Amino acid sequence: MTTRTSLDAPTDILNVNGVEVVIDGRVILRDVDFRIEAGEFTGLIGANGSGKTTLFQVILGLRSTVAGTVSFHGEALARRNRSIGYVPQKVLFDPEMPLRARDLVALGVDGHRFGLRRRSRAVLADVDEMLSAVDADGFADRRVGELSGGEQQRVLIAHALISRPELLLLDEPLANLDPGSAQEIIGLLHRVATDNRVAVLLSAHEMNPLLPVMDRVVYVANGRVASGTTDEVVRSDVLSALYGHHVDVLRVHGRVLVVASSSDEHEHLVSEHPELVVE
Amino acid sequence: MFSSFMTNAWLSGTIVATLAGVVGFFVVLRAASFAAHAIPNGAFAGAAGANLVGLNPLFGLISFAIVAALSIGATSRRSRSDVATALSLVLMLALGAAFLTLSTEYEPAINALLFGEILGVSSSQLLPVLLLAVLCVVAILVLYRPLVFTSVAPDLAAAKGVNATLVEISFLLVLALATALTVPIVGALLTFSLMIGPPAAARLLSKHPTRALTLSITLALATVWASIACSYEFNLPIGFFVGTIGAVLYLCARVRHARRAVRSVA
Amino acid sequence: MHWLFEPGLFSNHTVRTALLVGLIAAIVSAVVGVFTVLRGQSFAGHALTDVATAGGAGAFLAGVAPIIGFVGGGVLGAGAMDAIGVQRVKGRDIATGVVLGAATGLSALFLYLSATSSAATGATQLILFGSIFTVEPSTLPEVAILSCFVLATIAFIARPLLLSSLSVELAAARGVRVRVVGLLFMVTLAVSVGLSAIVIGSILSTALLIGPPASALKVVNRFWFGAAIAVVLGIGATWAGIVFAYDSYYWIPSHRGLPVSFFVVAFVVVEFAFFSVVHRRRRGRPASAIEDSSHHVETQWH
Repeated sequence: MTTRTSLDAPTDILNVNGVEVVIDGRVILRDVDFRIEAGEFTGLIGANGSGKTTLFQVILGLRSTVAGTVSFHGEALARRNRSIGYVPQKVLFDPEMPLRARDLVALGVDGHRFGLRRRSRAVLADVDEMLSAVDADGFADRRVGELSGGEQQRVLIAHALISRPELLLLDEPLANLDPGSAQEIIGLLHRVATDNRVAVLLSAHEMNPLLPVMDRVVYVANGRVASGTTDEVVRSDVLSALYGHHVDVLRVHGRVLVVASSSDEHEHLVSEHPELVVE
Repeated sequence: MFSSFMTNAWLSGTIVATLAGVVGFFVVLRAASFAAHAIPNGAFAGAAGANLVGLNPLFGLISFAIVAALSIGATSRRSRSDVATALSLVLMLALGAAFLTLSTEYEPAINALLFGEILGVSSSQLLPVLLLAVLCVVAILVLYRPLVFTSVAPDLAAAKGVNATLVEISFLLVLALATALTVPIVGALLTFSLMIGPPAAARLLSKHPTRALTLSITLALATVWASIACSYEFNLPIGFFVGTIGAVLYLCARVRHARRAVRSVA
Repeated sequence: MHWLFEPGLFSNHTVRTALLVGLIAAIVSAVVGVFTVLRGQSFAGHALTDVATAGGAGAFLAGVAPIIGFVGGGVLGAGAMDAIGVQRVKGRDIATGVVLGAATGLSALFLYLSATSSAATGATQLILFGSIFTVEPSTLPEVAILSCFVLATIAFIARPLLLSSLSVELAAARGVRVRVVGLLFMVTLAVSVGLSAIVIGSILSTALLIGPPASALKVVNRFWFGAAIAVVLGIGATWAGIVFAYDSYYWIPSHRGLPVSFFVVAFVVVEFAFFSVVHRRRRGRPASAIEDSSHHVETQWH
């Protein structure tokens, strides 16, 4: 397990440089550059099919790149990096699968280990603690397949966090949730991540729910990436360059809207409603 | 091989191969190979039972095939259908074992139903077999759209109000009838392989549905014709050739498919 | 109880051997079976029984010890299925079907050849339907050793296997070599069904592999508790079946007796029906979670 540096010196824990990924002859991603610092909450924003899941696979060491490097704490990625936790996009649990939520979380500790050693009391206590942290006490002993989408989400988060990773990847966790549940999950993630000093990289196609908690954004479009703080990235000029055609970034009531437009429409907006456009 | 007494073999083989090519296409599409294996095996138990009570084994064959289809279809896609299929199968096999034990003699007719017999269909049976085969194909044509819809996009089909259970049971009943027609020639043990090997090979060779279906029929015909010829020539059970030729066809298609995939990336 | 335990039941040597053999087979089948049912590989499990039988028929023809044929044939079949693609949900059906077709074809050939070469008319029936009462006591030591090997392997890969059966993605993310673990399981499954096929016949091999685990998993929340229940149900059905089969010699007027497989399968099916009803009645009670009716097992296309 890598040692942590002192709390007041931020370090890059993940560094992605010039990564290019090709699948079946198609270039999915190229020139991908960004970094994640310890304890940061980063949003990976992009439309469906933009390559977010592919990027996760690269970070997890499950997919190879054609160019570029990914390093974790300065070292090249190993396949079995236990310091990175992962909550996948859609896990379809068979409702008849005989596994309690509690058991799934416990498998986060030893699911990869061969042999059948009994779980120690310390491990069991840890499972209880993690279940409480994600507010899953109420359904800890129910079958995972019988839980609602939001409940399963929380159990999967507990499963990923219990091995105390330094980085937590979540693939579109908000996709099938109603706005209320989405807010709950974001709040929970933010709380748990701060408490445990875990960096979070969360992918979504809609960035508004994340605006209150995001430290950084990595915006994916057209196979390329723009990264930085929200103010640096979520701007008409940056995103237009990324998309390769004109888009307007508007702020309405504190919410961000990315809208495709022609250059005429853009001119019209800038002259008529300058207060909306984020340049 | 082409003498008059073999005419029945070629004719009935052709009918059955065409039927298997059509029905098998959907067996592969719907991942119903287990059902295709379970139904004829279960049907065989019925033949043994009919033999025990002195009835024509074919009656037992068809009735148990229908029972098998219904019991597999009843659980359909609600829960683990493979468990239901497995248990239905063992139940019928166990009954078959019981019937065989209770019979005082091991009729050669039973043996023929197990391993297949080129001359399994007599002249008088040729017309009924043809009519029933046509009935099966017509039923498949009628079911074509809901069948494909529920196989390819089950959630969408359900949303549109298509009754998946009804479609499933209808298909299984057609499968039951098709296997009952095929068993006397190819044998209960290997009927299913005719409905899996050639169609699976066809699907690998062509993505286009109509072309794949035609190819499925063609390959099934090739399999049966070759098997009849080999069985006659080497005096070995026809089922053996059907099983092995079907597997070889699939492997060749697989190799061809892999080579094509490599070429398209390079 | 006199009618249940007919005279000579417990003093009969064949019956005692059968009870012991049945015990071993039931335990191994149940343990391997819970994973088989969980992974939706019931077809593969059944198919491997038939593949093992083909191997046995081949061994019989070649004059080699049957156990080599049963277990060896099964392992070859498992390897072939894995190569074709039995682990992916999409390719599973075809992989199993094609291998089963080839194996059954060979089986037909071997049985035909052995029926015509030697005058053993009952050989076909015996190999196909098998019987626990005809097991050779001399094979028991090998059976016991291989059974221990199967159980030890399952214990070794249990947790990674469970995690990868639950979700390939979660397992891969934790560094589990999903493909390797899956192949190890297939081989273990092949050995297990090969053993059962030779000692209790192919019908019972499938019945004990699928039935008791499926019954147990319907009513328990915890996996290992389910495995334990499956073992108990398996042993129960097997022993009850043996007793009834022995008794049937006395019950049926022609003194022929019904095969053990018939009774054991009957008990297995009754168990399953009972637990299915219990499960359905439990589900009828209002659950606090939102039930999503589109939770199909089959929609897990990768």
